[in-house]
Amino acid sequence: MNFSGLIHNFGPLTVTGLAQGAIIALFALGYTLVYGVLRLINFAHSEVFLLGTYASIIVWGFFGLDQNSPTPGMFAVIGLIILGMVAAVVASGVTAIGVELIAYRPLRRRNAPKLAFLITAIGASLAISETVGVITGRNIRGVPRLIRQTDVVVIGNTHITNLQILIVVLALVMMFLLDRFINRSRLGRGIRAVAQNPDSAALMGVNQGRVISLVFLLGGLMAGIAAVMYNLKIGVTRFDAGFLLGIEAFTAAVLGGIGNLRGALLGGLLLGVLQNYGAGLFGTEWLHAVSFVLLVVILLFRPTGLLGESLGRARA
Amino acid sequence: MRQVLARAIGGVALVGLLAGTAACNSDSGSGGDSADGNCGFKIAYFGALTGPAANLGVNIEQGYELAIKQYNDKKGSDCIQVAKFDSQGDPGVAPGVARNLVSDTKILGIVGPPFSGESEAADPIFEEAGIPTVTPAATRVSLSANNWKTFHRAVANDDAQGPAAGNYIKDVLKAEKVFVADDQSAYGAGLADVVKQTLGSSVVGTDKTEGDGKQTDFSATVQKVIASGATAMFYGGYYQNGGLIRKQLTSAGWKGTLVGGDGMKDPGFTKAAGNSAAIGTVVTCPCSPPEKAGGSFVKDYQAEWNTAAGTYSDVAFDAANIFLQGIDQGNTTIEKMNDYLGSVNYQGIANTYKFTATGELDPSLIKVWAFKFDDSGDAVADQEIKTS
Repeated sequence: MNFSGLIHNFGPLTVTGLAQGAIIALFALGYTLVYGVLRLINFAHSEVFLLGTYASIIVWGFFGLDQNSPTPGMFAVIGLIILGMVAAVVASGVTAIGVELIAYRPLRRRNAPKLAFLITAIGASLAISETVGVITGRNIRGVPRLIRQTDVVVIGNTHITNLQILIVVLALVMMFLLDRFINRSRLGRGIRAVAQNPDSAALMGVNQGRVISLVFLLGGLMAGIAAVMYNLKIGVTRFDAGFLLGIEAFTAAVLGGIGNLRGALLGGLLLGVLQNYGAGLFGTEWLHAVSFVLLVVILLFRPTGLLGESLGRARA
Repeated sequence: MRQVLARAIGGVALVGLLAGTAACNSDSGSGGDSADGNCGFKIAYFGALTGPAANLGVNIEQGYELAIKQYNDKKGSDCIQVAKFDSQGDPGVAPGVARNLVSDTKILGIVGPPFSGESEAADPIFEEAGIPTVTPAATRVSLSANNWKTFHRAVANDDAQGPAAGNYIKDVLKAEKVFVADDQSAYGAGLADVVKQTLGSSVVGTDKTEGDGKQTDFSATVQKVIASGATAMFYGGYYQNGGLIRKQLTSAGWKGTLVGGDGMKDPGFTKAAGNSAAIGTVVTCPCSPPEKAGGSFVKDYQAEWNTAAGTYSDVAFDAANIFLQGIDQGNTTIEKMNDYLGSVNYQGIANTYKFTATGELDPSLIKVWAFKFDDSGDAVADQEIKTS
């Protein structure tokens, strides 16, 4: 164990961990939203994210940009990032709703057992990711360098770059907007009502089908934003990119309390940071082992996650 | 788990497909038999054709297939058949595909497996079946220490490549502080260990990453490299991870040189890193530059595949030709073929091949070169390096 390394690199590890954690957090919202309302783990959410990464790269490709292009000017970059986000959000949103309509809704109509949903979820996830794998020859796809990382804040050996700030701020803003939407808007009230008690909500005139579609759509939108940030940070995507990060996002959702929006944010940021500390302390080969052992330990003491399940509770 | 399932399904489909073609081929093959006693056999390629490191496998497969095509053109018939087996470069997938291969009794020899991990998984199956293999790329040292009688290696192993990489870092880059990391694969860890031994006290830090496809965010490793003050880093692993690490090192402001082994010698490295970050990265390879290959190989390869010959394409071409010469000399059983390999002295286009009792390339024939990525996006020949 390398304690001095961890202490010496504490600042940098925290900063890079937070940036990665912010992406995980946005990704995790999709799992948490769907679980909160349907009590269903939507495994295909990882592919909702995946198609978002490809959509933004394809749109940037229309402008003749690939991983070797020089970084465009400031205004072009802002425009391109917004365009990429629109494309990713549309692709992810459509995928999310498509999965719900094709893989889940028919089952719900027939009152299928929970296990059937789990299988179609895994099936949908596999089908999409393998299709992308075959189409792309399982090769990686590079992302244009839209943001040249430069240090904005330097404290000791801790460098905080423009991209890291962008990622974390964007994640917080999206989180805030989503939280407001769920807690303050009429549609949000519908979501909470269905999460709390689907039958009563239906009796009160809430259109359950529409609420469920909305939940998938919201998860897709967040995954789309996360996909663009992932592209900018990691710089390549691949047919199984969603699967890798999806496991972490799902873990983050459980860590924070699945079904709890703020829990997803907390879980994501915490997981990102803890993974880095684990890697710093034991070596990167322990990256996943450390974070998952911590997950088990935390669940031992707080079985519902750090903040508990709360989407359905009246106060949330 | 998901991947395994997917591959299992893919594998079943592939088996079906191959069984189908094998069935057709055996019919036409018997016709060839009557024309010429040494026809109707197959030389197989076993290795990655898909998967994260597929490019390395495809280079080799195309070199191998070119040799067989030229042989058949000379004979004027489809005398020897091509049989391709896609292991995806994955030790988990390889055994199933290998079992499928050994069930084909027409196969007299195998070019492959290219990677060390899949070799460890598949070679015991080939050994049990007695089918001779010539690997044009798997460099892990311990592969030849298993008493496999069918194992032959047409390139130098990491005992040559590792010290060469270490020497290059010491003598050419003149780096006094070096960071060494690997991907925990049979190949990457083996190579990195040899590099560490060669560099000794100039290694100021080490780390291990997950394998290809299992990690994309390397920020912890990047931070360790920067904190260590290293001016050079050696990464034992394949081109996708290598490229991602180079990209993330550059983004984080590290200006040192990344050095890798033959597993990183592929244009896929530039694809992952982006051109500007990739330039200057050095890779070692127990191979000569492909453009130095003799005969008309470079031109023929370009004409056949519409792309330039890649890493080990020339060695794979030679490996296939070694088998073909064996068939010409009447070695039409796997036992005879294996005996023939034990005593062969074959002058190919990339090298001369003579195997020791353990299947290693004769020490006098070993070559290691350094290559450097330039703005073409590929690694071009830099210099030959001494191995001791």
